[in-house]
This record gives sequence, structure tokens and C-alpha cells, in this order.
Amino acid sequence: MKIDIKLAGVGGQGILSIATVLGEAATAAGLQLKQAEVHGMSQRGGDVQSDLRLSTEPIWSDLIPLGGADLIISMEPMEALRYLPYLAPEGVVVTSSHPFVNIPNYPDEAALLAELDALPRVARKDIEETARTAGLPKSANMVLLGMAAPYIGLLEPQQLRDAIARVFARKGEAVVQANLQAFDLGLGCK
Amino acid sequence: MGDEALALGALHAGLSGVYAYPGTPSTEITEYIQQSPLSRERGVRSRWCTNEKTAMEAALGMSYAGKRALVCMKHVGMNVCADAFVNAAITGVKGGLVVLAADDPSMHSSQNEQDSRFYGKFAMIPVLEPSCQQEAYDMVADAFALSEQLRLPVLMRLVTRLAHSRAAVQVGELRPQNPFSPDDERTRWVLLPGNAKRQYAALIALQPQLLAAAESSAYNRLEMPGQGPDELGVIAVGIGYNYVREALPQGTPVLKVSQYPVPAQQVRDLAARCCRILVVEDGQPFVEEQVRALLGADYPIQGRLTGVLPRTGELTPDCVAEALGAGGPQAPARAEHLAPRPPQLCQGCGHRDVYTALNQVATEFPGARIFGDIGCYTLGALPPFRAIDSCVDMGASITMAKGAADAGLRPAIAVIGDSTFTHSGMTGLLDAVNDHSAITVIISDNLTTAMTGGQDSAGTHKFEAICLALGVEREHLHVVVPLPKNMEEITRILREEIAYEGVSVIIPQRECMQTLGRKLRQKKQAQ
Repeated sequence: MKIDIKLAGVGGQGILSIATVLGEAATAAGLQLKQAEVHGMSQRGGDVQSDLRLSTEPIWSDLIPLGGADLIISMEPMEALRYLPYLAPEGVVVTSSHPFVNIPNYPDEAALLAELDALPRVARKDIEETARTAGLPKSANMVLLGMAAPYIGLLEPQQLRDAIARVFARKGEAVVQANLQAFDLGLGCK
Repeated sequence: MGDEALALGALHAGLSGVYAYPGTPSTEITEYIQQSPLSRERGVRSRWCTNEKTAMEAALGMSYAGKRALVCMKHVGMNVCADAFVNAAITGVKGGLVVLAADDPSMHSSQNEQDSRFYGKFAMIPVLEPSCQQEAYDMVADAFALSEQLRLPVLMRLVTRLAHSRAAVQVGELRPQNPFSPDDERTRWVLLPGNAKRQYAALIALQPQLLAAAESSAYNRLEMPGQGPDELGVIAVGIGYNYVREALPQGTPVLKVSQYPVPAQQVRDLAARCCRILVVEDGQPFVEEQVRALLGADYPIQGRLTGVLPRTGELTPDCVAEALGAGGPQAPARAEHLAPRPPQLCQGCGHRDVYTALNQVATEFPGARIFGDIGCYTLGALPPFRAIDSCVDMGASITMAKGAADAGLRPAIAVIGDSTFTHSGMTGLLDAVNDHSAITVIISDNLTTAMTGGQDSAGTHKFEAICLALGVEREHLHVVVPLPKNMEEITRILREEIAYEGVSVIIPQRECMQTLGRKLRQKKQAQ
């Protein structure tokens, strides 16, 4: 059993925190893991992505092949589209529908969302709005992880909750609770 | 991460000091050592160095005193430390000395794809290239042992994909640090021609031992299932091994190569079994060229030189699968509503105000050229600023501006960051002062090495003193605070100094938004 996940977003949106939680949960569950990240110049407001591979068997490549991702988790709708060539035929896209516009030539929003909706398996939501309304503006990324949780066959939602508690523990109980609440919000709105 | 695995391996192998200048993708090695409790407990020396050359030389000094030292840098840092690196192979070492070069195929954060393995061959020392995080951990201890056994520095090479990829690693035993025991063989260390000739001959005489070590290395492995003969044999080098194993058709013989010199006998054994060989390596065709020389022109060898694999860019599971004739299913098409999203300077960053001022003044001088340098501020080349005309290597802004000014270009303006200035800009500034060159130098000081994540910068709070000591005239040295409200003052100073036919230095000084934010968050958490 394996799952290959492409994480995407814009530098600073918190995709590496999602990766850290998934990695923590996978390690605790005794799964094999490889996770390739982007550091350095690309962090500053540019597109960022991370390849996360979980498996019960040994994993060779650090990178996911084209057409191999079972799941794309994206903090930004255009960034979800950027990695479509990596999506497996039966793959799922879970994405925020809230555009992050920091370039002059950002595509037409309606057309972009229509292209997303034309995909066979897609879950999208304005997670920024969801998080803000719930008073958790800094935890939008955990809302997204909650939305993605049902598609991560190798890990149960409770294992992800436990991982959130461990990963954010050093930031204090309030941060842990906010992130757990955000995760449950995402999980509930599939 | 591969970087962290390697760092932990070095600590467990009895490291006494790490010497490094930050550079993607090598930075996290030194950061890991700096933050490690074991490092504090053992008193491991780990502060950032001014550049890769000072790092290499200090590490050689620690080795001279009998202790194990690690030098870390990105691939282009090898160019900076090359003098010390190559000559450390002539002197040899006492305590184990491992030089870590992190290459960046695909140039994710670099200006070229140079392959550090050539430096290892050039200096005639062993090179180790881990294929995975576990090997990154395990190899360091072996590299130190090999270094002490052969009395040579050992080069370790990482690539971005391994440096920045995470996996679980089994850790081994903790080895004690070496005792303090300075060397006293002066004939080895004083490289006067008489001594150097002997040392060089000894280095050449040692080469068969290097080859024997590679032939018997646990990291080089001939995997030959079945009886043969086989149509295809694969030489899978470093991280290339993973992509090969991901896509390899059952039963294909593979030679895994992770230690150099290239294990010639194993290559011949593979060739004898197969009709053709595919070489899969990340970076330049280093092994491919040597295998061609080993097997002769008639033996069919494929790889990056024959176009079976792309000549540039990092390996991917896709290009390797295709080269193996095992391409996957048709990938879905690229999306239609997509635009590139390049990195940009942070909102509120002082470099932004510097470029706003420069662009404003430059329009008044149609012949103006702005020579840039390496750092976040290189992003000033992109929209909306489009402010710089060149960016070549660390420190080249000042020296290129000087050369262009010597040729008659006016105004010649250099933009360099604080850390890049102390890394390689100071000597060029001295040249300009001695020549009384008509250049305007802007040292955009954000009090940190920002692009690599905010490491300490060697010259913080010392820049005025350094410039004055190098001979910059007091009246042509200015410190300003780059903020929109100071724009009038900054542009006025710029105009005045551009008009001056000599060296002037303007230091816009304001802390990086990222490090400032981090400090405020830490302060808040501490309360």
C-alpha cells in the first residue's frame, strides 16, 4: 500500500507544516516515508511544492513521477492546476479556492475555477474564509489537511489529530487547540 | 533531510568543528550542528565563516591539530575554496577532513550546474556520493575513517534532491572525538617546491589504494541477477540509483556507484555480461566519460552524452524510466489557466526601497549600468524593478563596475549585500580605492545572510569601519535607512555620489523583514 501526495502553494502559506504533520503521523504509524522539499530562493512569494510519499514498502525515488500522484493538496487554486501533469488517472485534487494574487498576469478567476471543477475528482473550498469565520485565521492549512484526510487511506483522521498535537505542542496548548479545531472543520465539510 | 542525516552522522563520528558559508542546498547541515545538544555538550565549533576559503583553511588547521573537521558549501563555493582544497590534497591531513559540496542540478537556487566530482578527481582524492538519507548518515563516519587512513581529505557530494528530502534514518554508535595532537612533520606542511614535489609524487603513488578502496567499498555494488548475457546493463550513480530501482525492468544487471575513483573492474565485469550500458548520473557526465575511456570506442554506452538522458537538469523518475524503456502511463495535460509565479522580494524589504531609489535616479543618467551580485537583491532583476544589468558570482558587482568604469562607463553602480561584501567584495573595493575608480558602491545591509534563511552575517555593525579602513574617503561614505519616507535623502546622496569621479560607498541599513519577524515571534513566545 502506498500513497503519493503532491503538496502545493505559495511560499509562506504553510504547506511544509502540512507535510510535517503528515510525516509525523506516518512515522508514528511505522510507515516508510520520503519527502522532497523546496528551500532557498523559491520561498519568497514564489510557487512552492513538496513531494510526499508514504508506503508500507520501501520507497526508492524522492520524487513522484508524472501521472503518479494519488492526491494533490494545494493551498491555492492556480497552484493546484500547476501540478495536474503529476495527477494519477484516479487521483484526487483537494484545494483552497481562494486565489493568492501576487503577479500581474494572474488568470481569470472564474475560468480557473471552472477548469478545476471540470476535473473528475476535486474538493475545493475557500479555506481562508472558513478559518477566518471560525476565528482561526492562522490555521487555514489545517482546514485543508482536514479536507484531504478522507483520501489518505494509509492514515486515520485520529492519527493525524495526534500528530497535530505533537507537532504544535511547543507552540502552546492554544495553538494546538486552534489547529485541531481547524482540522475538524475541514474534515466535516467534505 | 539528507543534510540533517549527514550532519548527525558527522557529530556521531566524533566531529570537532564544522566550517561553512551558507549556500543552498548545503545550509541545513551547519544549522543542524549549531542547534544540536550533542554539539553543545561536545563543544563542536560551528559558527559561520566569512567565505568558503576561510572555512576550508580553518578546517585544515583543525585537522592539522589532529581533530576531525567538516567543511560545507554549495557547489560554486568549491570555486572559492579551490586553492586551499587542491593543496590540502598535497599536504594531506592529520585528523579526518571531509569536504561536503552540495550540487544543484536544475539550478533551483544557483547560477550553474557544475559537478563537484570533477574537483575530487582533479585533486586526486576519494569522493563519496550517497544515494539516500541512510547512506548520507553512514558515509560520513566512513569518510572520516578513510581520510585518516589515507591521510587525505575526502570529498562528499550531495545533490539538491537528497539534501532537501526527508526519510527515516537508523543511527549508529557515538564515537569519541579525536584527542588534540598537532602534527609536526614540517616537510609535509611547508609546500616549498622541494617538499611539494615529494608530496605530489606520494599522492600519485597513493592512487592505486584509492581505487582499491572504491572497488571494495560497500557503497559500490554489482547486482547481477540471473546468468546472463543481458542486453542492457545499468550504471546507477548516487541518487540515480533510486530512479533506476523505481523503474527497472526485472532482472536487469545494475552497478551501483557511490564511491570514486570509478571502480574500473566492476565496470568491466558489468560490460562483459551486457551488450550495452546505460549510465544514470545526476549532474554532468562524469562517470559516463570515464566509462567510455575504460571500455573503448566500440562498446555502446548511453547516457547524457548520447541524448538518451537530458544533457542538462536534474534526473527525474520520468526521464530515467524513459531511458530504461519503461515509461509510465500517459500523463494528464498541462492546465490551461496557469501563469508562472517567480519568487519576489518580501513586502516591506529594504532592498525594495534601494531599487526604487536607484531606478528613480538611473532614469536621469541614460548611460547608467547597475552591476548586481548574489543574494535576495538579485530578485531586483525581475519585474517590477528590472533594476540590475549583471549578476555573475559572489563579489563581482564591485569589480565588474570597476572594470567597466576603467573602460569609460559612467555611471558605474554596484549593488552588493552585506554578507556577499564580506565574502568576496572587500578585496575588490580595495582595488577600486587604489585605482581611484569612478564607481558608486551600494552595500545593501539587512544585517543577515537573508537568501539562505537568515544566518549571521560576518560584517554586521562593522561596514563603515571596514570601508574606511580600506581607504574609502569619509565624505564619500554614507549610511542611510531605506524607507519610503527617506527617499528624498537617498536619491539626493545617490545623485551627488554618482557625480563624484572616485569611489563612493552608500550603505542602506535596515534589518531583513524575515529575521525581524522571527525575533518578534520568539520574544512574544518567551513572554
